[in-house]
Amino acid sequence: MRYATSLRIGPVGFRVGSDWRAPVEALRRLYADYPQPEDGIPDFNVHLFAARPWRRMIRPAVHIGGDFVIPDAAPLPLSLGLLAAEMGMNLQMALGQRRWLLLHASAVERDGRALLMTGISGAGKSTLAALLMTRGWRLMGDEFALLDPTTGLVHAFPRLISLKNEAIAVAERAAPQGRFGPLLKDTPKGDIRHLVPDARAIAAMGAPARPALILFPRYGFAAAEREMLPSECFVRLTQASTNYVALGERGFDALTGLVQNVPARALDYPDTETALAEVERLWESVK
Amino acid sequence: MTRYRAAPVATLRVVPLDVLTLIFHRASGITHVVDSPVPEILEALGDEALGLDALLARLGERFDLADADPAALASRLDELAAAGLVERL
Repeated sequence: MRYATSLRIGPVGFRVGSDWRAPVEALRRLYADYPQPEDGIPDFNVHLFAARPWRRMIRPAVHIGGDFVIPDAAPLPLSLGLLAAEMGMNLQMALGQRRWLLLHASAVERDGRALLMTGISGAGKSTLAALLMTRGWRLMGDEFALLDPTTGLVHAFPRLISLKNEAIAVAERAAPQGRFGPLLKDTPKGDIRHLVPDARAIAAMGAPARPALILFPRYGFAAAEREMLPSECFVRLTQASTNYVALGERGFDALTGLVQNVPARALDYPDTETALAEVERLWESVK
Repeated sequence: MTRYRAAPVATLRVVPLDVLTLIFHRASGITHVVDSPVPEILEALGDEALGLDALLARLGERFDLADADPAALASRLDELAAAGLVERL
């Protein structure tokens, strides 16, 4: 590939190659403070490529390839090249990661203990994680929490925080000193703007944490909270894991261990201030 | 008469959680989320092949069955056979 960059997010190394300069430059700029893959060897490769040579220049369309691919995925315009790169890295994790049980969850840490937040797109995982990061928590990741089947610890995967639509302005207000990527308009998920995790999140990204609380936030509902039984938590987390089936019995052990040892709550919230106050209150209650 | 045999114990990981029980079936790699009386049926079968009446009698000895119904038990066993957790002989 004409252009390429390598980086490590948490324990996972990536090499992103591209037919265009811009997506690689955007990655280099936003991931400037991230380390290189261990021993210089990436775990996964991502390729951003033009399906036909002339499509590099004429109406450039970025196809996402790599070690693991979704056949016939629609390409993105070059203006969304950064998003394509991020999607490509996510895709490698979702389809190819076998070492950890992948939970589609954001995670933050305090005092060595992790709070996991999971839910469907729009539930507020990324927003709450970003806001908690600005309030003294260590961000571990806004997309994937990596559960180690052998230790039960959660490893961080602090990629760029992906803020969507209304969450963009909320995070811009909460993190006025934050480093943001370009505003990506009209993506398949609306407007997206990335926020670079703070220096502490990057410096500590190799440090795992013991999970202490699992939240299932839901944005846009009257404030309500309820305890969730381990069985419901288990079923929801299997749905929130992209590699539960692939991991077989290791995944079963990891997930049963998690739901048996860690309390879970469903949390409905009408606005982020309410959610943050509830998070702090619930966190105190599980200490 | 049809007899039923549970999947060998060594192929099952049974984890009771709360109202529901998880069963990981090693032979298939499938996770089953089950409610009572499934764990009880599998335990009552043990490693024996039992007919419907013998199984119902055994469940009756172990549990206080107020409404012992062979037809209901047969349906549960059919479901378990379809799921691969019980074999029809």
